[in-house]
Amino acid sequence: MKKTLRFIFITLILLCVAVFGTMFLLHGKNIAVLNPKGLIASKEKGLIITVCLLISIVVVPLFFLTIFTAYKYREGNDGANYSPEWDSDPLLEIIWWAIPAAIILVLSLIVWHTSSTLNYYKPIKSKVPPITIQVISLDWKWLFIYPKEKVASVNFIEIPQNTPIDFELTSDTVMNAFWIPNLAGQIMTMPGMETKIHILAYNKGTYYGVSSNISGSGFAGMRFAVQVSSLKNFNKWIESANRSSNILTMTSYKKLAKPSSYNHKKIYSLKDTGLFNAIVENYMVPVFGGPIMLTDSKG
Amino acid sequence: MNILGKLSINALPHDMVTLGGAMMMIVAIIFGIFYVTYTKRWSWLWKEWITTTDHKKIGVMYIFVSIIMGIRGFADVVLLRTQQATSVGASHGIVSANHFQQIFSAHGVIMIFFVAMGFLFGIVNLVLPLQIGSRDVAFPFLNATSFWLFAAGMVLMNASLIIGNFTYAGWLSYPPLSELKYSPGVGVDYWIWSLQIAGLGSLFSGINFLVTIIKLRCKGMALMKMPLFTWSVFGTMSLVILAFPILTVTLALLYLDRTIGTHFFTASGGGNMMMYVNLIWSWGHPEVYILVLPAFGIFSEVVSVFSRKRLFGYRSMVLAIWAIVFLSFIVWLHHFFTMGAGVDVNAFFGMMTMIIAVPTGVKIFNWLFTMFRGRIKFNASMIFFLGFIFLFTLGGVAGVMMAVPAIDYQLHNSLFLVAHFHTMIVSGVLFGDFIGVMYWFPKIFGFKLIDVYGRVAAYLWIIGFVVAFGPLYILGLMGATRRLDHYPAYTGWQPLFIVAGVGVFIIALAVLFQFIQLIVSYRKRNDNIDITGDPWDGRTLEWSTSSPPPFFNFAILPEVSNRDDFWEKKQRGLNSNNKEYTDIEIVKNTPIAMYIGSAACLFGFSAVWHIWWLLILSLIAVIVFIMIRTTDEETEYILTASKVAEIDKKVQWKI
Repeated sequence: MKKTLRFIFITLILLCVAVFGTMFLLHGKNIAVLNPKGLIASKEKGLIITVCLLISIVVVPLFFLTIFTAYKYREGNDGANYSPEWDSDPLLEIIWWAIPAAIILVLSLIVWHTSSTLNYYKPIKSKVPPITIQVISLDWKWLFIYPKEKVASVNFIEIPQNTPIDFELTSDTVMNAFWIPNLAGQIMTMPGMETKIHILAYNKGTYYGVSSNISGSGFAGMRFAVQVSSLKNFNKWIESANRSSNILTMTSYKKLAKPSSYNHKKIYSLKDTGLFNAIVENYMVPVFGGPIMLTDSKG
Repeated sequence: MNILGKLSINALPHDMVTLGGAMMMIVAIIFGIFYVTYTKRWSWLWKEWITTTDHKKIGVMYIFVSIIMGIRGFADVVLLRTQQATSVGASHGIVSANHFQQIFSAHGVIMIFFVAMGFLFGIVNLVLPLQIGSRDVAFPFLNATSFWLFAAGMVLMNASLIIGNFTYAGWLSYPPLSELKYSPGVGVDYWIWSLQIAGLGSLFSGINFLVTIIKLRCKGMALMKMPLFTWSVFGTMSLVILAFPILTVTLALLYLDRTIGTHFFTASGGGNMMMYVNLIWSWGHPEVYILVLPAFGIFSEVVSVFSRKRLFGYRSMVLAIWAIVFLSFIVWLHHFFTMGAGVDVNAFFGMMTMIIAVPTGVKIFNWLFTMFRGRIKFNASMIFFLGFIFLFTLGGVAGVMMAVPAIDYQLHNSLFLVAHFHTMIVSGVLFGDFIGVMYWFPKIFGFKLIDVYGRVAAYLWIIGFVVAFGPLYILGLMGATRRLDHYPAYTGWQPLFIVAGVGVFIIALAVLFQFIQLIVSYRKRNDNIDITGDPWDGRTLEWSTSSPPPFFNFAILPEVSNRDDFWEKKQRGLNSNNKEYTDIEIVKNTPIAMYIGSAACLFGFSAVWHIWWLLILSLIAVIVFIMIRTTDEETEYILTASKVAEIDKKVQWKI
C-alpha cells in the first residue's frame, strides 16, 4: 500500500514536470522575455541564461544528492551505513559555505557590472540620432508625446527600428510601471517625478506594452501597441499624424486625463510642446509657502 | 454631524458575490453560536479557552483562527483563478475589476497576517516553553493579550466584507493609490487598522518570546545547547521586535494622510510616496524571514528525529540563522529596483540579496547531511520536507535571478514574481507549518494523526503546487503582469490560466485530505493514543513530559547537560531521580485580555468609520482594563507541592 502510493504519486509528480516542460516549449515563440526584439531585452535574456547556468552548479548536484540520500538511507535499507552520532565535519561544512559563496561572488560581480551597463538612465550609443518620447501614465491609459516631431498618441507608439529611443516618463495619477517585455524591462512612473529608459528595437513588428503596477480599476486595460517600422514608414506615420484633426493642448489634455478605461489608439497633433514639464511641475506646488524640491535620482 | 461617522446603510454589500460571501460568513457564525449553545459548551468555552493564559491553549486558538482564515483566503483564490481563467477578450469574468482587486488584496493580507503569522505564533506558543523546559512564557497575560489583539485584527478585517469594503490597492497598498484622493472609501482604513491591531499583538508576542528564551530556559541549557527550533524562534522574535515598529509608524502616517490631511506620502504637497515604499519594505522584507525562520527550525527538528540522527552542522545552522537575521534588514530595496534608484544603490541591494542565498543553501546542505547515514522514515512530514527541498530550491533560483537588478527589470511585478514568492511561502512556510502541526499534534492532544491521509495530502499538495504555479512562471515570462482582472484573447494566456486553475483544484483536494486526516484521527483517537509522551522517539525536552502535558508543563523542572539531552538520557537509560515537588505559581485565568482585544477591535472600527466618540470611549476602555489588571495584586495562585504531586501521579498512572 505504502509503496504503491509512493509509486503512483512520484510518477504523477514527474508527469507534471514533463507537462510543464511541454507547455514551456509549446509556448516558446510566445514567451516575450525569451524572444527579445531589441537591444536591452536581448542583453537581459543573455543575463537570465548566464545566471541560471551559474546557479545550476549548486542546484543540480544538490538535487541528485537529495534523491540519492533519500533513497539510500531510507528506513529498512539495512545495508546502508547508520551513524546516528555523526553530526559535523568541518571540511564538508566549509565546502558548502565556500562553494555557494564563490558562486555568489561571481554573481555579485555580474550584478555590479550589469547594473551600470544595463542602466536605463544611460543613453544608447548609436550613429542614428535618438528620438525622444515623453510618457505620461493617466487613469487608465498611456499618453505618448513626441516633442520634436510634434505628435502625440494614446495607447500606441510607433518607432523606427535600430534607432535609440529616449523615453522620459512621469505620471499624472498614481504610480504605474512602463513595460514592453519584447523590448526592455520595466520602469516606474510617478507623479511629480521623471524617470528614464533608453531602448533600441531590432526587429520590425507589433509588440505590446503594459502597466505592471496596480493603479486602480482600469489597470488591466492599460495595454498599448508598439509598432516597430522602417525609418521611411515611421516618417510617413509622423507626417500623417501631424495632419491629424485631434489637437493636443493643455485644454484637450485635461479632458483626456479624466478617468477612462480600455481606451483605443488615438493620434494627436501636438500644439503644446511644454506639456510634459508642466505636468511634472504641477505636483511640485509648495503648500506651506516655501519651495519644496522633489528630486529624482539621476542614476 | 452624523453620530455614526461615515457609517450608513449604503455600507452593506451590493453585488452578488460579496453578498454571498457575507451571507456565508454570517451563517457560519450563527451556526457556531447555535452549536455551542446546543452542546451546552458556553461555560467550557469561557473557562477553558476564552479566559485562558496557558500558552498551549493560546497556541491552539491561534492555529484554529489560522485554519478558519485559511479557508477564507482559499475561497478568495478560487474566485481569483476563476476570474483569470474566464475574463478574456469580450468576457469580463465573474467579478468587477474593483472587486477583483479587493479580493487579491484581501487574499494577500489574510494569508500573510492571519494564516502564516497565526500558524507561526500558534506553533511557537505550543512548543517553545515546553522545548526549553519552562512552565509558561515570561508574561502569560501579555501572551493572551497578543492573541486577542490578533483576533481583533482578524474580526476587523472580516467585518469589511459585511460592512463597507476592503482596500483595492494590493496587500501593501502603496500610495498615492491608497491616499484619500484615489481611495476615498473605507477600504484602506480597514486595511490599516486590522494590520495595526494585529501588528501590535505580534510585537507583544515578539517581546514575550524573546524574554522567555533569554530568561526561562531550564537549568543547564546554555545558548549553544538550545534546540534549533528555539534558536530560530530567537532569531524570528528579534526580527519582530526590530521590524514591527516600522510597520506601526508607516501605517499611522498613512492614516494621518487620509484623515487629517498631512502630506507624508501624497503625490503633491511635498509628500514622498517613495518614502512609503521604502518604509513598508523595511518591515516587509524582514517579515518574510519572520515567517520562514521558524519553519526552518521545524525542519531542523523533524529531519533529525525522523532520520534518527543528530542534526548535522549545529554551529553552521545557528550561524546561518543569525546571518539571515542580519542580512534581512539590508535587502529591502530589491522590492523596487524598478523605481529608478541609482546604479550603486541597486547594485548594493542586489548583491546583499544574493548573499542571503548562502546561509539558506548551507541550511539545506546541513539538512541533507542530517539525512545522510541516517534511517529516514518516510511519513507525511518527510514527504512534505522533500517537496520543500525541491520547490524551495527552485523558487530560490528564481529569487537569485530577480536579485540581479537588470533581470528584475524584466520580471518584477509579473506573474513570475508571484510564482516565486508563492513557491517560497507555500513550500517554505506553509509546508513547515503543516509538518509542525503533524509533529507536535500528539504532544498537545494526546493522540497521533493517521499518517496515510497526511501522505496523500503531501503528494497532492506538491502536485497541485506544480500545476498551479508552473504556468505562472511561464505566464510571467510571456509578459503577464500580476493583478490583471482581464486580458485580451490574442495574448494566448488563457490555456495556462486554466491549467493554473486545475492546480488550485488539486490543492483543494489536498486540503480536503488534511481535514479528513483531522476528522478520522479524532474519531479513531483511541487507536492512536500517545501514552508515552514520546511518540516519535524525540530528542528534545517537550517529549519528556506527558501528552498532553499538565497545565504546568513539568511537575519538576528539567535539567539538561547536553544538546538533545532527552535523547542522550534515553540512550543511557532514563534516570528518574528523586522527585522533590515544589510549589508552583500559576497565573489565574482572566477575561481581561479578551476585553482588551474587544475594545481594540471597537477602536479600530470607529477609526475606520470616523465615529470619534466611540473611538475615545474604546480607548478609555483599553486603558481602564490595563489599569485594572496592573493594580490587581492577586493575578497568581500557588499550586502546592502536594497538589502537583497528585496531578503528576495521575499522569504517570495514565502512562
